[in-house]
Amino acid sequence: MHNFDFVSPSTVEEAAAALQGDEAQALGGGQTLIPTMKQRLAAPTTLVSLTGIAGMSGVSSDGGALTIGGATTHATVADQAGAYPALAALAGGIGDPAVRNRGTIGGSLANNDPSACYPSAVLGSGATVVTNTREIAADDFFDGMFTTALDEGEIITAVRFPVPQAASYQKFLQPASRFALTGVFVAQYADGVRVAVTGASEGGVFRWSEAEAALSADFSAGALDGLSVSADGMIGDLHGTPEYRAHLIKVLTKRAVSAAA
Amino acid sequence: MATITMTVNGSEVSAEAEGRTLLSQYLREGLGMTGTHVGCDTSQCGACVVHVNGQAVKSCTMFAAEAAGAEVTTVEGMANADGSLGVIQQAFQDHHGLQCGFCTPGMVMSAAALLKDNPKPTEAEIRDYLEGNICRCTGYQNIVRAIMAASGQEVPGAIAAE
Ligand SMILES: Cc1cc2nc3c(=O)[nH]c(=O)nc-3n(C[C@H](O)[C@H](O)[C@H](O)COP(=O)(O)OP(=O)(O)OC[C@H]3O[C@@H](n4cnc5c(N)ncnc54)[C@H](O)[C@@H]3O)c2cc1C
Ligand code: FES
Ligand code: FES
Repeated sequence: MHNFDFVSPSTVEEAAAALQGDEAQALGGGQTLIPTMKQRLAAPTTLVSLTGIAGMSGVSSDGGALTIGGATTHATVADQAGAYPALAALAGGIGDPAVRNRGTIGGSLANNDPSACYPSAVLGSGATVVTNTREIAADDFFDGMFTTALDEGEIITAVRFPVPQAASYQKFLQPASRFALTGVFVAQYADGVRVAVTGASEGGVFRWSEAEAALSADFSAGALDGLSVSADGMIGDLHGTPEYRAHLIKVLTKRAVSAAA
Repeated sequence: MATITMTVNGSEVSAEAEGRTLLSQYLREGLGMTGTHVGCDTSQCGACVVHVNGQAVKSCTMFAAEAAGAEVTTVEGMANADGSLGVIQQAFQDHHGLQCGFCTPGMVMSAAALLKDNPKPTEAEIRDYLEGNICRCTGYQNIVRAIMAASGQEVPGAIAAE
C-alpha cells in the first residue's frame, strides 16, 4: 500500500475542505477501501476519515421516515433501525460481525458494488441520499457498477428512507464473499410496490418494473407467476450463469413477497 | 511518521506509525505483541480480530491511526491476571478447539465479543457469529463446543470429563 496522510476532521465542512485536495479520498469503515488500497487499485495521498464526525452516525425516526447518518455502521443499523425491520435485517446480514462493526452505509452506497446489499434497499425504498451539497433521489443515484451520481469529494451525510407498509430483503448468499449472489428488496407503499434487484445485472442494481406493476395490483407471490426475467445483460461468472441469476430474481422476489405479506 | 497512543489490554502504549500502518502491524511490529495473527491480510479470515472499544474488528482492515485513543483488547488480554488461561481459552484447550492454532486468537476474540452481548448463545447463533472466522483445521465442531462450554452450557456430544 502506498503511504498517505491521515486526517480525522470533526465536522462535515472540514472534511469537505480536506477532500478538495488533490488525490484526497474519504474513508468510511475502510472495509472496501483498505483492501482496495492494499491491491494498489486506489492510492490516495490524503485519507479523510469520516467516522469521527459527530452527527454523521446514528439512526433517527421522524413520522414516516427513518434517517441514517452516512457514517453509521451496519451493526448500528441492525440494532437501531427497528422502525424499518426489513432494513435492520438487511444490515444484520451484511458480511460478518467484524465487517458490520466497521462498514458504513455511506461507504457501501458510494462504492455501489453490483453485489452489495444496501443499494437494493435504497432503490427499493425510493430513499433519498443526502450529501453535503444536495439531496439525490435513489432513482437518480445509481449509475451502473461502481458508479454513482456523486461528484468528486462529495460526502454522503445521511440517507432518508420512507418506511413502507411491508417489506423484505431476500439474499441468496455467495458463501465465499458473503455478498449477495443475487438479492431482491421488495417494499409495499400506499402508492405502489417497488422491487429492486442487486447482484444480478451488469448494470448494477435495478428495478424490476413488470413485477412492480403486478405486485401493485395484487401483492401476492402468485401475481408473479406469468412473469419471467431475461438473462440478457445479467452477470455470468464462476458462481452462476446469467440464466441462473435471472431465474433467482423471480424466486427471490416471490420469497420476499411471501415474507413481507 | 507520527506517534500513536492507545490503551492495549489496560495499559497505555505508544509507537511510531505511518498513515498506512494497519492496526495489526502496529500491534505486531510496533508493540511486539504477536498474539494477533495475520492469516489473509484481505479481510476474509478473521485471524486478526481484536476488540476496539469493545467491538470485534479485523485489525488488518483498520488503520492504527483510526484506533488512536481507543481501548484495544487482544488475545494477550484474555488470560487471567496470574497468567493462567482465561475461561474461553481454557475451554478451547479442554474441548480441543484448536489444532494448528493459527485461527485461535481471532476465534477467541470473536467468541468473547459474542458472549459479552449474548451470554448463552445457541449453537446456531455461535456458528452465525463465527461467519467471518475461518479455520482450516478443526471443522469448527470443537470450536463450537468450546464456546458452548465457556458460556456454561451443556456441550453437545461432549465426552464426559473424568
Ligand atoms: C468480508 C467482507 C464481507 C462483506 N460482505 C458484504 C455483504 O454481504 N453485503 C454488502 O453489501 N457489503 C459487504 N461487504 C462490504 C462492506 O459492506 C463495506 O463496509 C462497504 O461496502 C463499504 O463501506 P465502508 O464504510 O467500509 O467504506 P470504505 O471502504 O471506507 O469506502 C468505500 C468507498 O466509499 C467512499 N466513501 C466512504 N464513505 C463515504 C461517504 N460517507 N460519502 C461518500 N463517499 C464515501 C470511499 O472514498 C470509498 O471510495 C463486505 C466486506 C467484507 C470485507
Ligand atoms: S488477517 Fe485480517 S481477516 Fe485475515
Ligand atoms: S486450528 Fe488451524 S486454522 Fe484453526
